Amino acid sequence: MDDLTLSERLRQRGVSRRGFMKFCAATASMMALPPLMIPKIAAALEKARRPSVIWLSFQECTGCTESLTRSHAPTIEGLIFDHISLDYHHTLQAAAGDGAEHAREAAMKENWGKYILVVDGSIPLGEGGNYSAIAGISNLHMLKEVAEGAAAIVSVGTCAAFGGLPMAKPNPTGAVAVSDIIKDKPIVNVPGCPPIPTVITGVLAHFLTFGRLPELDHLHRPKVFFGQSIHDRCYRRPFYERGQFAETFDDEGARKGWCLFKLGCKGPTTYNACATAKWNQGTSWPVEAGHGCIGCSEPRFWDAGGFYQALSVPHTKVGETVLTAGAAGLAIGAAAAVLNRKRKAGAVENRETITVKDLSKES
Amino acid sequence: MSAPSVEKGIQFIKAQIDAPIASFFSACVHCGLCAEACLFFTETGDPKYTPINKVEPMRRIWEREFTLFGRLKSAVGLAKPVDEDTFAEWETLVYDGCSLCGRCSLVCPVGNDISDMIRKIREGFAAAGHAPEGLIGASTRAVEIGSPMGVKLPAVMAQIKHLRDNTGLDVPVDAKGAEYLVLLSSMEIMNFPEYLEAIARIMHQAGKTWTIASNAFEATNSGIQIGVSDIARQLVLRVVEAAEGLGVKTVISPECGHAFTAIRWDGANLIGRPYKFEVKHILEVLDEFVGQGLIRTEGMEEARLTYHDPCQIARKGGVVKQPRNLLNRIASNFVEMQDTGEMNWCCGGGGGVSANERADELKLTAFNRKKAQLQALGVDTLVTACANCRLTLEEGLEENEMDIPVVGLTEMLAEYLVEDDKEKA
Amino acid sequence: MDANELLAWARGPGFDIALIIFVAGMLLRLLEVISLGKKPDLSAPRGSGVEGGLRTLLARSLPRKAVFDREPLRIINGYVLHLGFFIVLFMYGPHIALFQSILGFGWPALPSGVIDAVGAITILSLVAALVFRLNNKVMRFLSTGGDYVAWAVTLLPVLTGYLAYNHLLLPYTTMLAVHLLSVELLMVVAPFSKLTHMFSFAMARWHQGYKAGQRGVES
Repeated sequence: MDDLTLSERLRQRGVSRRGFMKFCAATASMMALPPLMIPKIAAALEKARRPSVIWLSFQECTGCTESLTRSHAPTIEGLIFDHISLDYHHTLQAAAGDGAEHAREAAMKENWGKYILVVDGSIPLGEGGNYSAIAGISNLHMLKEVAEGAAAIVSVGTCAAFGGLPMAKPNPTGAVAVSDIIKDKPIVNVPGCPPIPTVITGVLAHFLTFGRLPELDHLHRPKVFFGQSIHDRCYRRPFYERGQFAETFDDEGARKGWCLFKLGCKGPTTYNACATAKWNQGTSWPVEAGHGCIGCSEPRFWDAGGFYQALSVPHTKVGETVLTAGAAGLAIGAAAAVLNRKRKAGAVENRETITVKDLSKES
Repeated sequence: MSAPSVEKGIQFIKAQIDAPIASFFSACVHCGLCAEACLFFTETGDPKYTPINKVEPMRRIWEREFTLFGRLKSAVGLAKPVDEDTFAEWETLVYDGCSLCGRCSLVCPVGNDISDMIRKIREGFAAAGHAPEGLIGASTRAVEIGSPMGVKLPAVMAQIKHLRDNTGLDVPVDAKGAEYLVLLSSMEIMNFPEYLEAIARIMHQAGKTWTIASNAFEATNSGIQIGVSDIARQLVLRVVEAAEGLGVKTVISPECGHAFTAIRWDGANLIGRPYKFEVKHILEVLDEFVGQGLIRTEGMEEARLTYHDPCQIARKGGVVKQPRNLLNRIASNFVEMQDTGEMNWCCGGGGGVSANERADELKLTAFNRKKAQLQALGVDTLVTACANCRLTLEEGLEENEMDIPVVGLTEMLAEYLVEDDKEKA
Repeated sequence: MDANELLAWARGPGFDIALIIFVAGMLLRLLEVISLGKKPDLSAPRGSGVEGGLRTLLARSLPRKAVFDREPLRIINGYVLHLGFFIVLFMYGPHIALFQSILGFGWPALPSGVIDAVGAITILSLVAALVFRLNNKVMRFLSTGGDYVAWAVTLLPVLTGYLAYNHLLLPYTTMLAVHLLSVELLMVVAPFSKLTHMFSFAMARWHQGYKAGQRGVES
């Protein structure tokens, strides 16, 4: 890690003061900070030194990295070359094999207690943690080892944040989230399958700018990105309010852009910034593309029922349940009916004939 | 024959619970609207007279005996008991505080026939030895003497003789093959002999053959009121046997509410088979006669008058239009009470209340409703078609110092029959 | 258990359990009633029992003037409560999706804002119903613990639905889960409370109407 500050580095690379301020404004806007904060960001960034970042990939699909590389503000290149020192990342680093592992160890040693640990993927605990290993080291062991010297941990993606797809029933590898293992470090969860790229870089930029993690919610997600539900910010919300729903993906409602609730949209229970930040440099996002939100940034989204089943519809086989219940009801009811008939018949049969002599207690 | 007991009472109530009653209890939401239809509540303001509360013992037995949840409740000791105290407490609600008028049944939003339930719970109260003395006495006289008021055949024969001597009209007795068998209520024999005379004149003008039966002149049925089906069956059988023995086509129920219910609706079910004859209320017959031109009237009553619908005849008997057709023919100043026809208010003395001396005070309190209705209308005459209503109304009017004569519709009609026929007779 | 887990349980096993108890319980109650039988009426009919049964089934939904004049507020509130509940239950898009998944067909939804307003009215109406129950001497006299339980389990789904829709009190996901759980509570309680009237009212009206129809009397 060299000792140049960010502003020095930028000047070295020929970035003007104006360009720098533009970057600061973009960062502030992305983090929903007031414009007043721009000079503060600039001041902070001017003095900031590049922190070391170690990125560990466990049970994951590389989708999070794919997403990260499509970050546009700040770009990943900008991030890597200008703001952080990404010292270890399977997919992005040039080194391989022992060389790569040595780079990790060296970075840890050099920046002990100061580096940022980014994790994507869940950690398998089954079979002694042997379901997944890197360079002969189990994920569990490597996480514990690297986390120990980290200043903070960023769990990128739903797998690292909440266990994600590997943890889906029946969870054959015994996958867990980072926060299930590491209890003594500040952890920020950036869930999503994958997470929005600018959210990943935004969290890193925040740390870089302010030297601390952004404000988090009860699931350790940055409030600024995960404070509101997709549904609340959805541009199709007015159709929901009017009771206008697409019933199929090719009906008139779908063509007219009506609400996708009935087609299984999980927007109401999903907290993420898709509706505002959008994807692919602000081009579009799932609902805009005509598909309901699948709730990928929520814990256990994989086991929360069919993606095409409305939230208000039970995700079990209701028809079968009704039949079972009906059969059970008929069986119990038939037994009760037989008992009732017997009792009633008994009461009727044993009824003595009453004459006027039987009416007074005295007689 | 065992002595009356709680166990017997419970068993009798159990035997009465059928699918309709179970559905009524399953449907009740305790909305309390039935109370607003019940004159025993509206006039006393005491919520214990809420109709559905009157069958609470039956509900407890239903829940405990015929529902799984109730059986569980009772197994863990959460069920409310039905014991001697229960019977003693509810006795006055079941008999004194209900005239079986059926108004509650018509207003129940879920459609519970509460009045029918009260009729049926009485079976258990009678079996448990909790029927009122007055009704026991009336039933005993009905079975042993032949009439709840103790009227015997000689009294009827004396009246027939008196009628023949005074008017020359004949009253056939035990005439085989007559078209109509006319029944009387003992009150008509004792208190309102005008009825028999009216019938004789009407039948004469209509040219119909008719008879009364020496072994079944009495139409009333104390068994229905006290709630003992065995006694009710015995009393109905007298009429059925007489009618079928004489081979009549139609039995005419007199101006008596519960008698009509007993012979028209309950009788066949009590004896377990349909009749071989028809049953009609006298007002139905009169309306038919008028409609067919068999009887003709002349002149109009000019006094301002109104008609009190007997509950068993109007609400429960469906005879609503007929008295109005008849009255409009013979009265020029006929006005309706506010709640009338199917939604009439009971006089307060039906369902055995008037035969139950213990309920006299309550009955008079309940009469305040009718009093208010009559005062609002300001009528000179009150017409009705039930001897029991008539007695209750007269008693209530007298008690309240209201000078309104009460007349039976049949006898009033007879007064306006065309004169020629009167003379010819 | 976090909100998502709670919601998943409410949309899964919870709903199944509630549905089984509701369906089996109601069938049990139905068979308990029907098994007691009904003797045929042997008296000569004056009219049609079936006609009378059907007529009462429908006509009894209308108030009778004689009682309406005495208790207009209670009766109007009864209509508001029931209609409000039905509108919220059957005309809200997400609810229709549920019925659609069971029945295989749906129907157009009312605007959510309308449902929101009707929900609020229904809640007020339920509160009014409780006030009536506590203040009217007949209702207070008749009321048992079961009446208050039935009231509470009816109020909860409407109230939690309203709170969820308006993002009040609890985070939406949690409130949605609570809403579903409250519906499940209603389904569990219904067969063993006076809420059976949702079905038995039809039997009761039918029986009274049938008898009235046969006798040719008003009902």
